[in-house]
Amino acid sequence: MSILEVRGLKKSFGKTNVLKGVDFSMEEGEVLSVIGSSGSGKTTMLRCINFLETADSGKIFLDGELLLDAADQKKISAAEMRKKQLNFGLVFQDFNLFPQYSVLENVTLAPRLLAREKPDFKTHRHELYEEIDKNAKAIIDSVGLTDKLNCYPCMLSGGQKQRVSIARALALKPRVLFFDEPTSALDPELTGEILKVIRSLAAEKITMIIVTHEIDFAESVSDKILFMADGVAIEQGTPEEVIRNPKNDRVRAFLQKLQDN
Amino acid sequence: MQFIESIRHLVGTIIEQFPIVFPALNEGFLQTLKLFVITLVGALPLGLIISFGSMAKFKPISLITRVLVWIVRGSPLMLQLMIIYYLPGLVGRNIWGGGEQGRFIAACIAFILNYACYFSEIYRGGIQGVPVGQQEAGQVLGMTKKQVFFKVTLLQMVKRIVPPMSNEIITLVKDTSLARIIALQEVIWAGSAFMKSSHGIQGQIWPLFFTGVYYLAFCGILTLLFGYIERKLSYFE
Repeated sequence: MSILEVRGLKKSFGKTNVLKGVDFSMEEGEVLSVIGSSGSGKTTMLRCINFLETADSGKIFLDGELLLDAADQKKISAAEMRKKQLNFGLVFQDFNLFPQYSVLENVTLAPRLLAREKPDFKTHRHELYEEIDKNAKAIIDSVGLTDKLNCYPCMLSGGQKQRVSIARALALKPRVLFFDEPTSALDPELTGEILKVIRSLAAEKITMIIVTHEIDFAESVSDKILFMADGVAIEQGTPEEVIRNPKNDRVRAFLQKLQDN
Repeated sequence: MQFIESIRHLVGTIIEQFPIVFPALNEGFLQTLKLFVITLVGALPLGLIISFGSMAKFKPISLITRVLVWIVRGSPLMLQLMIIYYLPGLVGRNIWGGGEQGRFIAACIAFILNYACYFSEIYRGGIQGVPVGQQEAGQVLGMTKKQVFFKVTLLQMVKRIVPPMSNEIITLVKDTSLARIIALQEVIWAGSAFMKSSHGIQGQIWPLFFTGVYYLAFCGILTLLFGYIERKLSYFE
């Protein structure tokens, strides 16, 4: 059974149809990379699935069960949407770390706030927080930032900031982790450290969807590639199929152009 | 030599009259301080409400608040003081009465309204200046709107508004002197009273000049305080 399935996702801004019905599905533990030229709707798709935009129509299934029918999104209470939201994690292109919090606090803030809703919070606050801190430190260690635990974001390099933001998303243990062009805001020499982290997450079988322009990386890390153009997934399949033997002319033209550059 | 003689005479007068003038000015400055504090206590929260109004998605509300801000910022505070104090008497009943207390309340209302409108624009800039990505990051991390505001946005907003706010608050210290137009007995009023006659002293202008010391000292303290707050918030960008 697919962990995530998206059917007929549509979104328009005014008269511009950005998504014209996107369909795809993925299995647990898989890595799916979304490629395509700028303006093809990759980021909008990500934002719709993470509820940052309200899709006009389309359905999202999690573990085979309907998570959201976009037509209902406006009727669903904020509390319900939050619950749905927590199935997914999102790593932004420009990090969006909370500047007033240290690395550790950035990672623990959301889990600590969530812990308040647990029935045993009043009696076990200390234990809950300790558990959250321990977990956060382990995650921060796994992205190699233990020595920056008490630093503030303004003291970090772009690559370090992005690693904190990955740790922050991981701390909530999302079912699917999304990346929106995670290396686009970084200097070329810093992209490597992010790609390395994503590779290690793939090795741990974390389910991920990555919007990226790094075709070589996408080819090597992904189980599946989704090629988008004009708001439609015009080709999808294994990296071998999509990148080595594209059936669609537009995919071929896109890849050719990249090679020429 | 006549110049030195004049100085000596003036210093002598000041030393002689100071024990009488000083308590009178202190009393006036207490009134200045009261007006300053009450204006802040009223205008800081009211300004936030007005800023939410001006950002409201419901058009009539944002239109009304923007017109209010335009009227208040577009006319002199001195005029607003006079209108608020004299208009009720003109159109029916003088709700302020004739006493010092009525004048004080009228002055407070004029100052709170005026400063709330200025503050609202500062708040608006502060709120809109926090990148929308901060709110989105909070949302995808499962925070409620309230949590995002209090845990993420608020401190960043405060950091942004401290410099323009301190500017405005220091202006307020000196603007309180406008209240003497409706005969509120603040420090300038107390100082200028000695030009005619007050506490048995006649025809002296030095007490009026001396009131400047109060403003300088108070603004100095505020400058230090705001500098401290800015330094406290300088650990993040």
